[in-house]
Amino acid sequence: MGKTVAEKILSEHSNKDLKAGDIALCNVDFLMASDTTAPIAIKSFYNMGGQKVKNPDKTAFVLDHASPCPNQKIAALHTMMREFASEQNIILYDVGEGICHQLIIENGHIKAGELVLGADSHTCTYGAIGALACGVGATDLAAAMFTGKSWFKVPETIRINLHGKFPSGVYAKDLILYLIGKLGSNGATYKSVEFYGEPLEKMTLSSKLTITNMVVEMGAKNGVICDSTTGMKSDPDARFERIIDVNLSKLEAYVAAPHRVDNIKKAKDLSHVKINQGFLGSCTNGRIEDLRIAAQILKGKRIPHDVRLLITPASKKVFLQAVKEGLVETLIEAGGVFITPGCGACVGTHNGIPGDNENVISSTNRNFKGRMGNNKAFIYLASPATVAASVLKGRITDPKEL
Amino acid sequence: MKLKGKALKYGDNIDTDVIIPGKYTKTLNMKELADHVMEDLDPDFKNKLQNGDFLVAGHNFGCGSSREQAPLALKHAGVSCIIAESFARIFYRNAINIGLPLIECKIDEIKNGDILEYVVGSSKLHNLTTQKIIEVKPLPQIMTSILKEGGLVNYLKKYGCYKL
Ligand code: SF4
Repeated sequence: MGKTVAEKILSEHSNKDLKAGDIALCNVDFLMASDTTAPIAIKSFYNMGGQKVKNPDKTAFVLDHASPCPNQKIAALHTMMREFASEQNIILYDVGEGICHQLIIENGHIKAGELVLGADSHTCTYGAIGALACGVGATDLAAAMFTGKSWFKVPETIRINLHGKFPSGVYAKDLILYLIGKLGSNGATYKSVEFYGEPLEKMTLSSKLTITNMVVEMGAKNGVICDSTTGMKSDPDARFERIIDVNLSKLEAYVAAPHRVDNIKKAKDLSHVKINQGFLGSCTNGRIEDLRIAAQILKGKRIPHDVRLLITPASKKVFLQAVKEGLVETLIEAGGVFITPGCGACVGTHNGIPGDNENVISSTNRNFKGRMGNNKAFIYLASPATVAASVLKGRITDPKEL
Repeated sequence: MKLKGKALKYGDNIDTDVIIPGKYTKTLNMKELADHVMEDLDPDFKNKLQNGDFLVAGHNFGCGSSREQAPLALKHAGVSCIIAESFARIFYRNAINIGLPLIECKIDEIKNGDILEYVVGSSKLHNLTTQKIIEVKPLPQIMTSILKEGGLVNYLKKYGCYKL
């Protein structure tokens, strides 16, 4: 019987012939933790008897979730990370460099076929370049820093075949929102999701990253883009738990309504929802392509004075590129406010907490109650185009309407 | 280890952001985590919870973030075990890694306030209030071993590597 991508990668990393359901110990190629998870990982690492990180040049810490540091208490955790990184000679991305997932990809730390663990649930993003990347908690990460290994249950695989072409105003974000709506927030729990099809060949890496970023919102362990750029694919006789076909030309602009990511509606059906704040950023949609789309919609226009637009480029590189292209100017003139690259508003640590009863349209990946730091706010998730169109109109707007 | 306590029952899709909001996660102080546990879902949670109680929920418990602070907050608040129809995968691993037992089973035979008893690692959950026995889904052997040592830190401290 042939193998799926997950079966292949895990077999290679354990030197065993594995199939879905097996449990195996595997060598891990790269490790990542953020300032939410690294402090506990450091503590666990020492408590389990760790002295030296097994593969320091394959281990990265990123200060992004509360960065620049908003208070004294977190400053102590940041210091702890900096000291550990310097003692252990591991890679450190400090304040302002950007969001962990963007940095790992941008800086070429991993490649197709590798096995990656990150102490952040959106580590699954790296499947866009063909890695098997899963989110874990701090102690699992500490154990991998200590031993260089982790145990895995080989997942079943869902295969998604893409056909057709996106209509104008519809993007990769709409595709993944559509799929999450179709499968539900636990529709892929413990599973691997493989994406195939002609449309991937024409898709930018940025769009592919948006897709794999959100597979965890349907519960998946990981997602992999199987196209000519990654070179990853299942054997012809591999066994899939489920095969789903999606025709991109039938898709529309979608929105995940509060407080669940699988509460998917058509943007055009939510035009009665007034918007107080827009947020453009995150590891899902904070890349240059996303800023370009928003700038194109907002160029020469001004968002209403009772609407805020917060923009966080995903990394310093993205930010600089946006400056060079004049996007920063365009977006600030349209009423946008720029924030240092990082997570802040997305996870509600600082830099953009919405007020009570406010509605937020956001290009991020989670709209759980309290996610942005206020449990009395309402978060709607959408593509950068829908975010831009909605802040411009002051209500949820399908970009097609413009 | 035998656990006994009352059931505190909630619904489906309890996510890590309501278990412990992101804004409270940046700490190594477990009491601080426990102070805010579940407050966005049920501000009264901490008053209802007595040390040793079972948290009972529906499908997809713990979905969302990889924050280990979520099971840590529950454990340090006094929850002895979480029972759910199904768990999100990162939460599942995290709870076992910090030594918080989990049970995957049908929950229709458990009502809010029922007194439950469970011997960690066994295949049966006892509802002492209704005298019903509920079958539970077995844990993989590696997880049972980790749980037996009280979590992954102790496990690795003892063995120095994974024994698989
Ligand atoms: S941008 Fe948001 S989703 Fe992405 S890593 Fe940061 S907090 Fe997590």
